[in-house]
Formats: sequence, C-alpha cells, structure tokens
Amino acid sequence: MSWFPAPGIARRVRLGWVDLLVFAAVLLMLLAVLRLGGRMALPLHDVGTISLSPAALPLYAGESLLRIFIAFLASLVFAVVYGYLAAKSPWAGRVLVPLLDILQSVPVLGFLSATLAFFAGLFPGSSLGLEIAAVFAIFTAQAWNMTFAFYHTLVTLPADLEEASHVYRLGRWSRLWYLELPSSAITLVMNSMMSFGGSWFFLAASETVTFSGRRVMLPGIGSYMALAEQRGDTPAMLAAVAVMIVLIVLVDQLFWRPIVAWSQRFKLEQTPAAEGPTSFVLTLLRRSALVEGLWRLLHPAWETLWRWFSRPPARRPAGAQSSVVWRVLFGLLGVLVLALALRTGWRLLSGIAPHEIVHVGWLGILTWLRVMAAVLLGAIWTVPVGVAIGLSPRVSRWAQPLAQIAASFPANMLFPIVVAWLLRVRAGLDIGAIPLMMLGTQWYILFNVIAGSLAIPQDLKEAGRIFGLKGLLRWRELVLPAIFPSLVTGGVTAAGGAWNASIVAEVASWQHHTLVAQGLGAYITLATARGDGSQVLLGIAVMSLFVIAMNRLVWRPLYRLAETRYHLD
Amino acid sequence: MLEPLIVAEHIDKIYEMPGGGGKQVLRGIDLAVREGEVLAVLGPSGSGKSTLLRIIAGLVAPTRGRITYHGAMAQRGGNGVAMVFQSFALFPWLTVQENVELGLKAQGLIEAERHERALRVIDMIGLDGFEGAYPKELSGGMRQRVGFARALVVDPDVLLMDEPFSALDVLTAENLRRDLLELWLERRIPTRAVVIVTHSIEEAVYLAVRAIVLSRDPAEVRAEVAITLPHWRDREDRRFAQIVDQIYSLLTQRAGEKETAQGRRRPEPIPAVRSGALNGLVELLEDAPREDIYRLGEELQFDVDDLLPIVEGLELLGLAKVHEGDIELTPQGRRYAGANLLERKEIFRTQALERCPALAQIERVLVQKSNGRMNREFFVDAMEQSYGVEEAERQVDTLIEWGRYAEIFAYDQESRQLYLERDEAQPGAAPSGD
Repeated sequence: MSWFPAPGIARRVRLGWVDLLVFAAVLLMLLAVLRLGGRMALPLHDVGTISLSPAALPLYAGESLLRIFIAFLASLVFAVVYGYLAAKSPWAGRVLVPLLDILQSVPVLGFLSATLAFFAGLFPGSSLGLEIAAVFAIFTAQAWNMTFAFYHTLVTLPADLEEASHVYRLGRWSRLWYLELPSSAITLVMNSMMSFGGSWFFLAASETVTFSGRRVMLPGIGSYMALAEQRGDTPAMLAAVAVMIVLIVLVDQLFWRPIVAWSQRFKLEQTPAAEGPTSFVLTLLRRSALVEGLWRLLHPAWETLWRWFSRPPARRPAGAQSSVVWRVLFGLLGVLVLALALRTGWRLLSGIAPHEIVHVGWLGILTWLRVMAAVLLGAIWTVPVGVAIGLSPRVSRWAQPLAQIAASFPANMLFPIVVAWLLRVRAGLDIGAIPLMMLGTQWYILFNVIAGSLAIPQDLKEAGRIFGLKGLLRWRELVLPAIFPSLVTGGVTAAGGAWNASIVAEVASWQHHTLVAQGLGAYITLATARGDGSQVLLGIAVMSLFVIAMNRLVWRPLYRLAETRYHLD
Repeated sequence: MLEPLIVAEHIDKIYEMPGGGGKQVLRGIDLAVREGEVLAVLGPSGSGKSTLLRIIAGLVAPTRGRITYHGAMAQRGGNGVAMVFQSFALFPWLTVQENVELGLKAQGLIEAERHERALRVIDMIGLDGFEGAYPKELSGGMRQRVGFARALVVDPDVLLMDEPFSALDVLTAENLRRDLLELWLERRIPTRAVVIVTHSIEEAVYLAVRAIVLSRDPAEVRAEVAITLPHWRDREDRRFAQIVDQIYSLLTQRAGEKETAQGRRRPEPIPAVRSGALNGLVELLEDAPREDIYRLGEELQFDVDDLLPIVEGLELLGLAKVHEGDIELTPQGRRYAGANLLERKEIFRTQALERCPALAQIERVLVQKSNGRMNREFFVDAMEQSYGVEEAERQVDTLIEWGRYAEIFAYDQESRQLYLERDEAQPGAAPSGD
C-alpha cells in the first residue's frame, strides 16, 4: 500500500543491532507513557510540590512532552475530521470555514483563561481538570492552522487525479488513503511541525496558572523553571533552559526530521527531486528487519480491514433522504449550540457597564501599539541580519536551524529574567512589555527573512551585480522586493505571537516583585486570576476583534500585494 | 449492424457563468459508439471535445440530453469504461504496480488476484521490470504506458482516451500508438470499442475507422468521416493524405457570424495570438509566396491548434488569405513583410483599426474620454454579453496586446487602465517598466 513500501522480497532475516535499538526505543517509550500518564490525575494538593532537584528534571520534561504530544494527536485528528467535513459537505463548509476563521483569531491564551475554571470544575480536587485545560490550550495553539492547511489541500486537489479516482470508482475510504491524505501530506506535515514548535510557548504558560486567586503548578519543565525563577535558583534555571533546548532538538531530530523525510514521497511533481530532506532515524527504521517483520505481520490484518472499508457501497436509493435527516439533525445541533453560547455570553456580558467597554477598548489600543512596536523593532534588526545570513549559503546552513530552535523555545520561560533586569534599571512594564513580546516573536521574522533571501534566484543576484547595484539601491530594487512576501508572512506570525504574548507579558514577576502594564493582556490575566468570567470574556472578545481588524485591514492587503506584485517566478 | 455500446442523444452542456447566463460548450451532440470501432473526436482547441468525453465517462453531467449504455454494460456499473488521460493522472506516491492495481482494489478484489491481473497487463504493455518504480522515475512514454495498463487491467468495454499522446515527443508517441494499435488489432485486449479525443488529424486518420469533426462555440457535430483504409495504414499513401486534407478543410472552414445561445448576433472573436507570432508567420511566408497550411504546420512542428489562430489573425488583418488549405500573403502583407519596425507598426495600426471593430471601438471610447483613460473592466463587461467572462477576458487581453504593439493605446498593469499616450504628460500615468 501507499504509506509503506509493500513487503517485497525478504531482504534480511537476521536481526541486527539496529533492531535492538528500535526495540529498546519502543519499549522505553511505552514504559514512559504508562508511568507519566499515571501521574496526570493526582490529588490537587500533591501537585504543588515541585522539586528543584536536577534529578527530577528529566521526569518533568517527560511529562511536558507527554502533554504536548497528546495535544498534537488531538490536533491531528481534529484537523483531518474538521477539514474533511468542511471540504466535503458544502452546507457544513458554509458554517465550519468561517467558524475556523474566527477561532483562529482568538488568542490562544484566551482559550486557556476561558476554559480553566470549566475544566477544573469538572474534576474537583484532582489535577486532571487542569491537565485537560493545559492540553486544550496547547491543542488550540496547533489545531486551527493544521485544519486550514488540510482543508485547503482538499479543495485544491489535482483535477486529473480526482477524475482518475472517479473513473476507477474509488470509494470514500480509498479516496481518503490514495488521494486526499497523500496530496495533503507534505503541507500537513510542514504545518504540524511549525504549529508544534510554536506550542511550546503555550505549554510553558499553561503549566503555571493562577485562577480564582490560587496559583497552581502542574509538574513539568515549564513549572520547574517558574519555581526556580521564583526562588532565584540560578543553577536550576540554567539546567531547565538546557533541558528545554535538548528537548526541542531531540523532538526535531527523532520525530519531525524522519516524518518530513518520509513525507517527500508524496511530492506531486513528476520530476525526480534533487537532494531532498534526509533523516538518519528514518534510514535506521527502513533498515530495521524488526520493523519490516512487524509490517509483514500486520499486513494481512490491514488488507482485511481495507477490503472491509472499501467494499463497494451498497445501492441505497434512500441516500437522498438519509442525508436530509442528517442535515436537519446537524442544523438543530448547530442552533442549540449557538443558542447556548449566546445565552452564556449574554449572561456574562450583560452585567458589564458601558464605560467598562470603552476602558477595555482603550487598553486594546495600548496593547496594539505594543504589538506593532514589537514587530517593527523586531524587523529592524532581523531583516539586515536575516538577509546577510540568507545570502551566504555557508552561514545559513547552521544559522537557519538555530533561528528555528529560537522560535520554538518558549520565550515566556525567560520572562522573569528580563523582568529582573527591568527592575534593576527601574523601567516599568509599560515599555518593558515590548522587549518581552519581542523575545518570542522576532525569530519568526528572522527565519522567514532567511528563507526569503535564500530563495532569491541566482540570475537576479547576478544581474544586480553586473549592473552594479550597490548599497541602498540594491536593497530597494532587489533585496526588499524579493523578500517582501516572506517578510509579510513573518510579520503576520510575529504579530499573532505578540498578541498571545501580551497576556503573559503585561503581568510579569521576578521573585516577589510583580510588574503590571496598562493593557488588554494584563486585563485578561488579572481577570482570570480573580476568576471574573465576564471580564475574561469581554477582554478576549475585544482582543479577537483587534486581531480580526488587523488581519483584514493590514495583513490581507499586504498579502495581496505580495502575491501580485512581488511574486517571484 | 450491431447495437451501439454507448449512445449520446442531444447532448447540451452549458457552464453557468458567475454573472448569470451561461456559456454553451456543446449543442445537440448525437453520437454512437459501435462495437469494434475506434472512434476519433476531432475539433479545434477549446471546442469542448474533452468535455464531451467526460460526459461519456460520467465525470460531468450534461445539461440536457442523455447517455445510454447498451449491450453487456450495466449503467455505470460492471466494467463499463476506463479512461487514459493527457496528463497521465498517475498517483505519484504509488508504484507502477500499485497504480495499475488501483481500479481492482476499488472493486474489492483479493490481493492475489490483483497481483496476478496487474502483472499480466504490465507484462503485456511492456512495463516488465518497472513494477516497483515510482512514476517520477519513468520517462513520459513509460508513464503513459502505466496509464494504459491501469485502464486495461479493469477489462473495460469501452476505452476512452483524452489526447493520450499529445504530452509525448513525436517518436515516443508513434511508438506507443503502434503498440496500442497492435494490441487492438490482434484482439489481445477484450476492449470492445475505443474513443479517442485528439487534435491531431493525422493521428485520427492513422487509428480510427470513423472521425467526428466538431465545430466551436458551441461545439456541434460538423461532419462525420468514415476512414475505410485497411490497417496498417501508410502515411505516404495518397488516399491517407486525401482524408487528412478533407478533414483539414472541414476544420478550417470558417463559420462566419454565428448566433449566440441568446439568439443575438455577435462578431466573430479575434483569435488569441500575440503580435510576435503574427510577425513570425509573415516573415516565414515572405520567402514562400504560397504554402500548404498542413505542410507548414508539419515543418514548424505546430499542431493545428497552434497554427490556426495565427492564420486566422493574419486573415483578419488582411495580411494574408487562405484558399483551399493554402495560405498566401496579400499585397498589403507583402508590403508589411518588407517594412521596417516603425512602418510595420503603422501598417498594423491602419489594418487593425479598419478591420477589427473592437479595437476601433476601444480607440473611440478612449478619445471621447477627457482624460483618455478607461478601466479594463469596462471593456471586459462590454464583451461579456457576447462571449462570457472567460472569453471576454481573453479577448481583451489580446486586444490590449495588439493595441500596445500598434501604439493605438497604452496599458497600465498597476491600475488596470487603458490610456492614450498623448504628448502632454499624463498625470499619474507612469507605467512601470514591465
């Protein structure tokens, strides 16, 4: 079948050291999941006790890793199901696509603030509710983007392959495995990788939460760092940062690289590719007789399952009627959910005075100014540096992965350190929140600029050199137009990240000092801490409006400009 | 005579337009696919012959009319039809064998039977040894062999082919054509009829026993030509050339003014060719005063589809005239060929304004405007009623290209405006270099 090479001629029967390695890795993974999973539902009073001993760090790292992977699995399932429904059913798509657009504009930490009390209430006295809230927050950081990616490839399937699937009468099941999933594999994998990297930030943010006046820490690397910072334990802080970096690199090398390399088989171009991405782990797995043996063992079962699912659909003349029934049921469900949401929203918001709304709007403007400042300041240094790196293939080979790690690194883990410095120079958080936002978001601009300048066609660069384009003229006529599309992409991502960061950056503490900035992010954080549901909702709604307005008024026109005027090739 | 396998009756196809109304691509098509024949469907590009094939395959629903499947074929069931695509339409993530097995897998056959049947066809079509290869490792010819194997393995009653050889180079196409014909003539495949859509007249005459010639905008059956030569056919044969010529003149026959679906009369659209191509053909004809269009196409390795619009363009401008499949420069055209760049633009301008009403109309509109500028959409909208959006866009594109070349007007891509280049400076009319 398509996803794995069909078991062909037996290449090897003897097991080698590779197989031992694979076996050990699988065993270790199973044990770790079982052990860590058992710790996810502890009595709440046990949770607060986090040990700063370095020996405990790997365990904490494992728990964080488990959280992020559970969230990723959920995101993947959600993306495929939601994207499929939105693309395949025109009437569902009319609701699902705009809904996704709105969900995408809600700041991720807003979801955390809004759902924390709800999930905690589901399992009183147990940490399970908080675990679910944390996983849900990470899920919201990953899912929307992945869903859009999958949806988009489903509506732009290659026309000739679609016709071929029709002529050869592939059923839904066969179409999914032969046409739809393979066509979207590369986009889905790349998007998953980016979303996964971006979600470390939310992992760290969701492990230490304050709600209803209580500060709760879930065991994990984020809370370890938070506690170390609270106590001012420098060695523990350094250890946490080091382990975090190791974690990011390991996940990249052991998980993403093999998947990216494997997904190259789903390239649509018919030309033999030049050097594609490779992965030593994938090569290892491919050479393992154990993996091959396992596949051989599972193949008949898969084959049976396949035939069961893809059996030709029975003639059902009543098909039209049943679809009407479904439509009515689905519509009723939608109306019910909408009514419930409106009622809750109304109950929460009806108690809010009009001047409160004006106040929140003003706070929104303040935060908006910070977001813009963070993006612009970030661009000022990352554009020249990124171009310098991108134009030199030698430098970019090592600098690009570094920029990617920096973008994945949860910057909020470092916030208290910056706050300590702010305290020393006696600067407030009103300005200080800007560098905090930049800490996490500027890397998006950097690696997009690097990618953009790497992609400047050689002939354009040569033409520039021949006609003696130098200095400012070279920047204006060659470099800036060529990297413009990537710059816009980087800017959008950075601005989105900055909005999210505002929720944790406008209230920040170092040991016993807490700084608060005037802004919408602080408003949401403080309201969550007090457990004031209506204020949380109001804050999130206003922030989402700001994000939507920015997207419509600034980023979309820029995107259009990038696509029409500055599109290379 | 045997009962036809597939009958298409009064097929109409109208594509809905975004702005209301519709573009009719097929009108009143009647067609029967008979047992044991190779049927070729010929027509100019954009005539909707591929749409017709897709309607027969059940991929596209006709607006009016119906398709009936007779004989052993159940309606859209059994082993009805299979299709070979111009672009091959192979799944790049499947190996050759997996691609071939695709249709069988969808039928729910067990693995052993799938393998057995796939390997037999792979062997027959000459793909032996490539079972495990991915399409991207294969040459174009080998890829289309996979396309054929995938179609033949389901034992279709009717094999539909949509320009199956036109993405291949000449030699590869010839090789594959012969192999296919051999399988067919020697009855090594159970297929009972073949329908091939093509724009190559020679290919049709080489393979088919019957050819249906379609007209354009909308497509109607213009003629049906029986090709009774025995196989294998010799391209050098005088009778072969006669049939090719006969179909050629059927295809180049100009319909003159036609009625649109709404019943309004409309001017014939101008052919979508660039001034550079027109110039090129004039230069080529300068040395050879009278040329057979068919031979000219062969020399240039141009398909009818590529060459005809250029010929039509020169005719429209009065630079050349066509007579019994031959093309010849007019005195005007000869003067044009001998002129230098600036003089050429002058002649082109005079001819175009005189003989192409749409261009003259655009100039009039621009002159009447005080600022000499007009939005592109205005002209697209004006033409949309006669041609539909898509064709109107293409018409305006071509008109702009001609107008720019003849310096009748200029065009600013940024503002999407046509404007007159008056001597005084145009405020805000600084077109960028592109």
